[in-house]
Amino acid sequence: MINRKIAPEIKDATEFDITLKPYEKVTLDNGIPVYIIKSDEQDTLQLELVFPGGSWYETENLVASATNFLMKNGSSKHSALEINESIDYYGAYLNRNSHHEYATYTLHCLTKHFEALVPVLQEVIQEPAFPEEELAIFRQNMKQRLAVNLQKCDFVANRHIDKYLFGEFHPYGRVSSMDAYDALQTPILQAFYKQHYTYNNCKIFVAGHLPANLIDLLNQAFGKEKWNGESSIIRPEMPVLAAEEKKFRIFNDENGVQGAVRVARPFPNRYHPDFPKMLVLNTILGGYFGSRLMSNIREEKGYTYGIHSQLYNFRQASALNIQTEAGRDVCEATIEEIYKELRTLQKEAVPEDELHLVRNFMIGSILGDLDGAFEVIQRWKNLILNGLDENYFYNNINVIKTITAEELQELAQEYLTPEDFYELVVI
Amino acid sequence: MIHYNKFTLANGLRVIVHEDHTTPMAVVNVMYDVGARDEDPSKTGFAHLFEHLMFGGSVNIPEYDEPLQMAGGENNAFTTSDLTNYYIQLPAENIETAFWLESDRMLSLAFSEKSLDVQRKVVCEEFKEHYINKPYGDVWHKMRDLAYAVHPYKWMTIGKELSHIENARLEDVKDFFFKYYRPANAILVVGGHVTTAQVKMLAEKWFGDIPAGQRIQRNLPVEPPQTAAHKLEVKSNVPLDALYKCYHMPGRTTKEYYATDLISDILGGGASSRLNQVLVKEKKLFSNIDCYHFGTLDAGLLTIEGKLVKGVKMKDAEKAIQEEIDKIQQTAIPERELQKVKNRVESMLAFEDMGLLNRANNLAFYELIGDAALMNEEFSHYEAVTSADMHREAQHLFDEKNSNTIYYYAG
Repeated sequence: MINRKIAPEIKDATEFDITLKPYEKVTLDNGIPVYIIKSDEQDTLQLELVFPGGSWYETENLVASATNFLMKNGSSKHSALEINESIDYYGAYLNRNSHHEYATYTLHCLTKHFEALVPVLQEVIQEPAFPEEELAIFRQNMKQRLAVNLQKCDFVANRHIDKYLFGEFHPYGRVSSMDAYDALQTPILQAFYKQHYTYNNCKIFVAGHLPANLIDLLNQAFGKEKWNGESSIIRPEMPVLAAEEKKFRIFNDENGVQGAVRVARPFPNRYHPDFPKMLVLNTILGGYFGSRLMSNIREEKGYTYGIHSQLYNFRQASALNIQTEAGRDVCEATIEEIYKELRTLQKEAVPEDELHLVRNFMIGSILGDLDGAFEVIQRWKNLILNGLDENYFYNNINVIKTITAEELQELAQEYLTPEDFYELVVI
Repeated sequence: MIHYNKFTLANGLRVIVHEDHTTPMAVVNVMYDVGARDEDPSKTGFAHLFEHLMFGGSVNIPEYDEPLQMAGGENNAFTTSDLTNYYIQLPAENIETAFWLESDRMLSLAFSEKSLDVQRKVVCEEFKEHYINKPYGDVWHKMRDLAYAVHPYKWMTIGKELSHIENARLEDVKDFFFKYYRPANAILVVGGHVTTAQVKMLAEKWFGDIPAGQRIQRNLPVEPPQTAAHKLEVKSNVPLDALYKCYHMPGRTTKEYYATDLISDILGGGASSRLNQVLVKEKKLFSNIDCYHFGTLDAGLLTIEGKLVKGVKMKDAEKAIQEEIDKIQQTAIPERELQKVKNRVESMLAFEDMGLLNRANNLAFYELIGDAALMNEEFSHYEAVTSADMHREAQHLFDEKNSNTIYYYAG
């Protein structure tokens, strides 16, 4: 008979050797860098074009995201329908995204269809027409979506907490509005497009099973011309203007049965030496299922379906944000418990067995996250776009493996003082 | 082509091994053949509440999550109307930890009163978060009730009402466990950087001595064909009018399922699909519209749902949907459009198979519905569908008498 009370032996996190598979880099004829992670196990590939076209660079609200969205909706040669048809026909996905810093276009397809899809991709990136009618539909539908979202307490809470942390005029704190959608005009989108989606601002990231003529195809479509000309993007200074007031209560729905709770504070960006350490402290606090917040507020009290803390990965400035949706009657009690957990981390060193567990969990999780070419290129993309290299990645792993309970307690004493946090409840 | 090996333990536990040595990870997936459709109508939401209790400690192991996290692992679970699935991902070196944890909770739970007490509250908050405190959150409760007369798909997996969850007792939990959570009623899939010999040894060692239990013989009420259209008007504090139409469709294991699935793609799959193109872009009646279904094992619902552009009248919106349905019923689907939706399926399946966890989960699912080998045949069923098949299916699918409509008015 086996003794089921005894856990099997495990290999410890510190013994795992995690390596970030190196990329290959090829430069197209016009200088566009292409970063490549190959893997031939599947029949699929992912190609992402990245431009410095995020909200940081817009002078009017929503221009970056509207430009990014509408590039796909009609070119000088084809209507939005024809473009969608030619992508859908091959079972491909062409997703666009606009973040704070960057705007991207990502193609996912079966490798055998890649060649047929390149001309469509080229047209979307280099010849968008921004038809008036498409802007009108976009404006109307986005306003309708916003109206629905504004009824959700979590959506409203996310908008407000970012505003308190960064200020409503800062790209990290600015939010969409009906007025901003109404103010969007085609010429502004065209101008934004012309300035930011140029050959000299483009980076390409490819992963998966690649066709043998990949570079030829990319050269033909993106590497020959100086498309859209050369433009130098200057990153404007944007001062953070955090709110003075710390405590907010908002009633959004008088019949709401839950409240969205946010407890957050500013934190230095990823270049600060405390950032990788904070990733560990954040995990202990609210970054995994066994975290202090989950154990207490969900598994002990049953106040919520889930509570999490996260460290923003924004470039200029970060923040530590604790978030949950809790029963209407227990929102205030939830905030009290959050503060209790913060104070405990300040007063008492994290026990060795808990720290050991968190190290192992984090390393296991990174090992799992690096599984597959798409995931590896994603890591590289984040490093490259932030001007970092693999040393940053290995340093983070080293911090996870070696940080001490004393260091974590010092970190908590510096950053987890309840009075430094903004708190918000939206019901 | 997904490779695997399969064997069955003496107690009836079906084991599937999917070796993949390109990854340093392993996954362990345990699927139990029980879902919300197996619930007593007066105790709905139980299969899902039970899933939460599976994390409350087992007979020999007081904490489920801690040892797994210590081994560098992560886990989660989900419950549907048809099944309950638990999965773990961890570094392959530590795979035995997963066997130890999963086998102990199959052997027996700790059945703690405290865990039940807390998880009742947690599930009630989950219920509120997703179905009460969200605009349009109650629509599926209403739709299932409208569309089904007798079949247990009449209620949602989360439960029909909060009181059913609040009233759950420890005795119910025990009965449920020993009825359904037995090796004979479960499928274990192990994937990743493992060998079949190793999995055989570990499966025998940890699961071999668990009492077999009974394989579930289902005798669920069969939903009779619907003979008249059902309609319901709702007024609620939401900003936009919305329209929901559901049609009874064939179950997941029928031959007709594939043609029906492709019909839903023609109507709502991707930006170039008919409903998106005609009703959102050309006629500008809806700000968004979707066509989908849940692929349920018993006969399910094909759903068209959309939010109306402000100022558009409900009857005009409904008429426009009907015109697209008439078109599908009356005119053959062009060859290129049929090829498009087949290509979409091929691509979707390829992307789904990229993740080790997905592959393990799918192997368990196909074994549950008959045979893991079906996973590799899946695309051929789609390839075989003809325009004539779809035309035939569309006739009774979109029969007005087969329809259920909710007019959801902003008020």
